[in-house]
Amino acid sequence: MSTATVRVGVGRMVRRLGGHGWLFRVCLGVLVVFVAVALLAPWLAPQDPTVGDFADTMAGPSAQHWLGTDQGGHDTFSALLEGARTSLLGPLGVVAFSSVGGIAVGLFSGWRGGRVDAVISRVLDVLFAFPSLLLAILAVALFGKGLGAPVLAMAVAYLPYTARLVRGLTAQEKTRPYIAAYLVQGHAPAYVAVRGLLPNIAATVLAQSTVNFGYALLDLAALSFLGLGVQPPTPDWGAMINRAQSAVLAGQPLSAVVPVMAVVVAVLAFNVVGERLGERGTR
Amino acid sequence: MNASLLEVDGLTVELPGTARPVLDAVTLRVAAGEVVGLVGESGSGKSVTARAALGLLPPGARRAGRVLVGGEDVLGAGQGRLRALRAAEVSMVFQDPRAGINPVRRIGDFLTEPLRLTRRWNRRRAEERAVELLAAVGLPEPERQLRRYPHQLSGGMLQRVMIAGALAGEPRLLLCDEPTTALDVSTQAEILALLGRLQRERGLGLLLITHDVELAAATCDRVYVMYAGRIVERATAAELFGRPRHPYTIGLLGSTPPLTGPPARLRPVPGTPIGLDEAAPGCAFAVRCAFAQAGRCDQEVPALLPLVDGADGAGHAAACVRLAEIPSPAEEVRP
Amino acid sequence: MSLALAVLRRLAGTAVTLLVTSFLVYSSLYLAPGDPVSFLVRGRSPSPAELASIRRQFGFDQPFLLRYWHWLDAVLHGDFGRSYLFHQSVGAVIWSRLPSSLLLVAVATVLIAVVGIGAGALGALRRGTRTDGAVLLLVTVGAAVPSFAAAIVLRSVLGVKLGWFPTIGNGSGLLDRLRHVVLPAIALSVTFMALVTRVTRSAMLDQLGREHVEVALSRGTPRFAVLRRHVFRNALGPIVTVSGLLVSGMLVSTAIVETAFGMSGIGSLLVQCVDELDFQVVQALVLLVVAAFVVVNTLVDLVYPLIDPRVARRAGGVR
Repeated sequence: MSTATVRVGVGRMVRRLGGHGWLFRVCLGVLVVFVAVALLAPWLAPQDPTVGDFADTMAGPSAQHWLGTDQGGHDTFSALLEGARTSLLGPLGVVAFSSVGGIAVGLFSGWRGGRVDAVISRVLDVLFAFPSLLLAILAVALFGKGLGAPVLAMAVAYLPYTARLVRGLTAQEKTRPYIAAYLVQGHAPAYVAVRGLLPNIAATVLAQSTVNFGYALLDLAALSFLGLGVQPPTPDWGAMINRAQSAVLAGQPLSAVVPVMAVVVAVLAFNVVGERLGERGTR
Repeated sequence: MNASLLEVDGLTVELPGTARPVLDAVTLRVAAGEVVGLVGESGSGKSVTARAALGLLPPGARRAGRVLVGGEDVLGAGQGRLRALRAAEVSMVFQDPRAGINPVRRIGDFLTEPLRLTRRWNRRRAEERAVELLAAVGLPEPERQLRRYPHQLSGGMLQRVMIAGALAGEPRLLLCDEPTTALDVSTQAEILALLGRLQRERGLGLLLITHDVELAAATCDRVYVMYAGRIVERATAAELFGRPRHPYTIGLLGSTPPLTGPPARLRPVPGTPIGLDEAAPGCAFAVRCAFAQAGRCDQEVPALLPLVDGADGAGHAAACVRLAEIPSPAEEVRP
Repeated sequence: MSLALAVLRRLAGTAVTLLVTSFLVYSSLYLAPGDPVSFLVRGRSPSPAELASIRRQFGFDQPFLLRYWHWLDAVLHGDFGRSYLFHQSVGAVIWSRLPSSLLLVAVATVLIAVVGIGAGALGALRRGTRTDGAVLLLVTVGAAVPSFAAAIVLRSVLGVKLGWFPTIGNGSGLLDRLRHVVLPAIALSVTFMALVTRVTRSAMLDQLGREHVEVALSRGTPRFAVLRRHVFRNALGPIVTVSGLLVSGMLVSTAIVETAFGMSGIGSLLVQCVDELDFQVVQALVLLVVAAFVVVNTLVDLVYPLIDPRVARRAGGVR
């Protein structure tokens, strides 16, 4: 059996992406823009968002401050652009760790089956009892404020979702003839699992990871909103919303609404893209 | 001949987005005390015909023609009248009782639902009736069965429950849509025998829908053969066995293993039936027909023509333009 | 007979899960950098005598498992230790804030049940129409609106701009409390509403396509009765299944909503105690939320055979 029929080619992936309807394409475009903004933020931002102009606080949109300023006189537009970096980097960490860990655990569990599988499933069940935000808050309580500990804690909280998905897919896929063909050719089981089986379930796992990305972004923004995550002056959407609360009460909600919109649009885009990928992956 | 219980008259049903009608001028009748078979492959429209008798056409369907049950127009009836008809005059035994009976409700609920909700009987009276019905279909310990759930019964037992449910409203017309297909072979004969007994005892008009032409010929008084939404042959069971006329019927009889004797001369009908997305300007069977004549069969829609004089529209008839030229191979099929 | 056995087995499973989770929560203290005692008293300057008493109280001279056992024994007797921040027992601190959070969660639950199930049913029954499209749009957007975003918008528009609702605090007296809880409850429910709407819609669509529904209609059962007795009744299983997720999710989200609306409750307490280094309270709250999830899931499992009798035999199994 040739690898071409087994692996999902990059070209086919790209062509597939086109066929999901306008909503999918718009959301994918949004994600591309967000990533580009995050990468280019220091060059794009017109001002330094960490420097506040106390003579010009809670201002409306103007030529100088396109989206106004917050109660500390920080330029909201610049903070939005630079905030994209931390706001996307955190979830990236969560998804990277939870996906790698989840794939490893799920592949092992699904491939081995039997008692090992039952024990691992039971452990995952226990982990499901810990909501991701709660685990992140516990991590802050233990290790102090910031992104590092919460990202790792949330990776642990998201791991069971990926692991369970991969486990199910692996157990299903393992019975397919091409796996037997690989094994008959004398390849080691670990090699077959990773090089033969994994590419065939990759699309569905990618979809799950994309959805996870959105929810991790949401959780981390919530953590920063609570003042437990990213600390000022580092720009971050959640932290921006946290600081803008007094402006909301003062009737100047713009500096809060802007990062709120950024979070909602980003999560929406990740959800839509992930779900559409998943629909295609399961077919 | 008795007055017709079910009278389908030129019924045409079209669904949006299809190339040909699901039903094309279907005419059939079922009289009281008569067992009528409706035979065809899956997708031929036989189930749609039966559902039309209940006023259960798919949403968005365009229809023409008439469906009368006990003389009453079903397609023109209002919701209230339709419900009353379904709860009393006509009912249906569905193919798969496992799918057709709500798995999370008790057997008793299934049996008493139409009595209590449409006829407004009280619980006690409805349950007494349900016990009678279960006894009538031969289930042991009927009182106990009322409290059981569908998953606790075997397929054959559940199909008996389905039949009991269909009889709950004392209907005069029973529609059976492949009532034995989902069951294992040993149970099939029992269910057929039960249906036959109930039909005789209660003088029911029974429309048996099946893909099995031998079964229809063995159990029915008269048989209609359907192909791609049209009735292609109408005959008594004896005529159908003895002298099938339409090439499709001939093919079907040749492709079904005989109930008795060696299954040696099995010849399947070649090809597959046309789908709803294919239109046939002429005879829909022409592409699979060994006798098809280019320029005629693929252009002319054959009418269902009586072969003998039958004023009541129930005699032997077939829809084929080459009837006169086709020898009936009945003798070869069944020496 | 076998049912009682299944229930017992399920309860035993719950006990094991609670034991394991409590162990994880307890031992998390030892993940903290440095000596656990100095970790617990961070930010304060206890006298050597106080330190010694803490050491004794936690039994740091004993083996780890024995310490856990003593802690668990105390927790089971309602003793979660002392809060250094409030100079009260942890139990008393939590207990005094629990009612307002439960009111918030209760109001949100009602909103989620009514709107979520209503909108989901509407979408399923009007499948493919504009109404369904609107429901789907709300589901997609709602799932992406975090409670702090909803809180900001609600507070800004209905609170500050229009002045219909108070924007801060818990209020006093039943009516005033309810007035204060309206906006937070809406903010809390948005995400979960989207989840319930989605589950209801797909579960009902699944049932609407089933043959038993057609059979019921074919027997003259009135349409509304079919929807109630067969479609909705059968869709109940998936809806009830998500309630464990809902309860723990909402309890955690009270942290966000109570902080956003300046309310007092266990959520704002959690944030405050993380902020001000009162780890004992944090630990107790984490345990509370996790236990709530496990207990609700157990209840769902035990009730499930009533919803779907086919799973009665599997009631003792692992979820």
